[in-house]
Amino acid sequence: MNSILIVSVVVLTLIGVVSAIILYIAAKKFYVKEDERIPVVLELLPGANCGGCGFTGCKALVEAMIAKGDMTGFSCPGAGNETMDKIAEILGLVAEKTEPKIAVVRCSGSREHAKQKLAYEGISSCSFANSISVGESGCKYGCLGYGDCVTSCKFDAIYIDEETGLPVVSEEKCTSCGVCAKSCPRHIIEIRKRGPKNRRVFVSCINEEKGAAAKKNCEVACIGCSKCVKVCTFEAITISNNLAYIDPDKCKLCLKCVSECPTGAILSVNFPPKKIVEQPAAKTEVVDVIKDNVIGDVVIEKIETKVEDK
Amino acid sequence: MKTFKLGGVHPEENKLSSGSAIEIFPVPEKVYISLSQHLGAPAVPIVAKGDKVKTGDLIAKGEAFISANIHSSVSGTVEKIDEWIDTGGYKVPHVIINVEGDEWNDSIDRSTELVKDIKLTSEEIIQKIKEMGVVGLGGAAFPTHVKFMIPEGKKADSLIINAVECEPYLTSDHRLMLERPNELLIGTQILMKALKVEKAYIGIENNKKDAIELLSSLNYSGIEIVPLKVKYPQGAEKQLIKAVLGREVPSGKLPIDIGCVVNNSGSTFATYEAVQKNKPLFERVVTVTGKTVGHPSNFLVRIGTPIGALLKEVEVNMDEIGKIISGGPMMGKAIISSDVPVSKGTSGVLLMHENESHRGEVRNCIRCAKCVEACPMGLEPYLIAAVAKNELWDEAEKAYVMDCMECGCCQFTCPSYRPLVDYLRVGKRNVGQIIRNRAK
Repeated sequence: MNSILIVSVVVLTLIGVVSAIILYIAAKKFYVKEDERIPVVLELLPGANCGGCGFTGCKALVEAMIAKGDMTGFSCPGAGNETMDKIAEILGLVAEKTEPKIAVVRCSGSREHAKQKLAYEGISSCSFANSISVGESGCKYGCLGYGDCVTSCKFDAIYIDEETGLPVVSEEKCTSCGVCAKSCPRHIIEIRKRGPKNRRVFVSCINEEKGAAAKKNCEVACIGCSKCVKVCTFEAITISNNLAYIDPDKCKLCLKCVSECPTGAILSVNFPPKKIVEQPAAKTEVVDVIKDNVIGDVVIEKIETKVEDK
Repeated sequence: MKTFKLGGVHPEENKLSSGSAIEIFPVPEKVYISLSQHLGAPAVPIVAKGDKVKTGDLIAKGEAFISANIHSSVSGTVEKIDEWIDTGGYKVPHVIINVEGDEWNDSIDRSTELVKDIKLTSEEIIQKIKEMGVVGLGGAAFPTHVKFMIPEGKKADSLIINAVECEPYLTSDHRLMLERPNELLIGTQILMKALKVEKAYIGIENNKKDAIELLSSLNYSGIEIVPLKVKYPQGAEKQLIKAVLGREVPSGKLPIDIGCVVNNSGSTFATYEAVQKNKPLFERVVTVTGKTVGHPSNFLVRIGTPIGALLKEVEVNMDEIGKIISGGPMMGKAIISSDVPVSKGTSGVLLMHENESHRGEVRNCIRCAKCVEACPMGLEPYLIAAVAKNELWDEAEKAYVMDCMECGCCQFTCPSYRPLVDYLRVGKRNVGQIIRNRAK
């Protein structure tokens, strides 16, 4: 009995010792020398492996930068310029300055503006809902609100507003990695320049239908009326497929288009509260334009009340 | 009595309209004919705005390998070729025709006389079926001529006519068998000739005893009527082959790989009309039914008629209706508006009362394995749903998600009302994408 015990202890110890020796030799012989800077740089990066840089993960980005010996074209959207400068210092390279960006949700079709016409009872997945139907509001371009962008975000920077049913992007947390934009089956999210002091003006709609059709499903849809194009003095706005787009590089944030838009599809964010300007002649002019664009009674009523308010 | 072995469920049959004879539905004022009402590539329109068309004129050509011709279902003027909603509410191209009178193309034989002689050769029959735009009328609308073009090296030995109609509520095939039995049997013989086989089986579920008796009493050589035990989804191709012949289609293979071709009974009737009467597929039998419908009916409807027009004829209080389903309750699709037109694949319109149209509250999976027991393909729906939810596409593929035919047995039987089919579809879509990319 005792001998069995002793033998097994001895045999196991021997196996352990021999294996340890083999492992030690293997570790020495096949040791791959890794650049000492990699773990240091990795500490600085966000480490979410989001793929926003175009590589499979953070480590792949660092390895690529070291391999090329140049940082042009390499940037981590999550790190920002300051961190990239620090990394450049460690690597002995020069970092490329990038414009800070943010994810922008280009849909304002909240529960109030785009009324629910249908009921969806399937699983909470935008890509699935998109594959079977146009969605509860009837707008085939609009946000479905089942949160594929929320689940895809690795930085916890998006949540769905309970009241509006639309996603909200956190100014602080968003790293502009672009994963949410890819996850959205309707391509509503745009990665856009943050702008000076985070101030941005953008068309919060991607509906390419004609005015009347767009308006039928959503009060705040872009109807492609071109009023913003006419009022813009910097030629920053273009219309294609009945949809306006504001070029962030040309836009000087003068906000003329925001007040001109008859449906309120153009949004301005992070501006100080605006002073109300008197616009006595607006009423007749607006009605004329709308006649040209054949929109219907809804808009006219709304604009009239707007004028009265002022 | 024969049936398939694995899985299956038996939902309430509710064949409310089985006693109503087929009524010819009046031609509407305007029709909306979709250019993609079949599986495969959309047809290419050959008419333009302002063109005059007669009933049965070709208006769009199916040019791709898997596609089908589309014919005008009315006579009148083409108003425009424009976008109109499909069942999901997405806008797709339709030919919109304003109806003027009902003048048929002269080449169509409109007599009711039975033509028994099959004059055409095998190749000519298939060509004729293609020309006349015949597709599977069971729901998926797969072009019939493609099914009968047997790839080289393969050989069919038997033809199975699918007259199972296992979906609850639907009765269009049942009525057609009762009212036009000879046409159906001649259609079967035409397809036997096209396929060059000696033997055909017509599979009918035992809840249509009158149709079984009627068809058995008629004498047509080589055709055997096979009564089947009532079980859903017996109308699925693979399950029907198993039930009738006892053969099993291996995973990822087609029925022709084991020597069978399955064709829907409605399409077989359409084949008779196409080949013997030169009549294109521009009208079909549509069941309009539901528990609160006053007159559950079977209508012979011109393709492109808005579904809303059918609803006016069946005495129903639309305010109480929660859901309009195109097709049957198990595999049909809820439509977003009654403006959606009837297409070649519309086998029925089911009106569900508000109270019965909602899903139950989703609870946790209790691992009861009812879904595993019910799956006719022998899959593990609970497992595939779980891996699909977590986006583990490799695992989903290993669990044979691509074998799922979305019959809905698992979800029907789930005591926790879990949305299994939704996840299976998500899995199928993503795994399918991965497989296609791999093939490139």
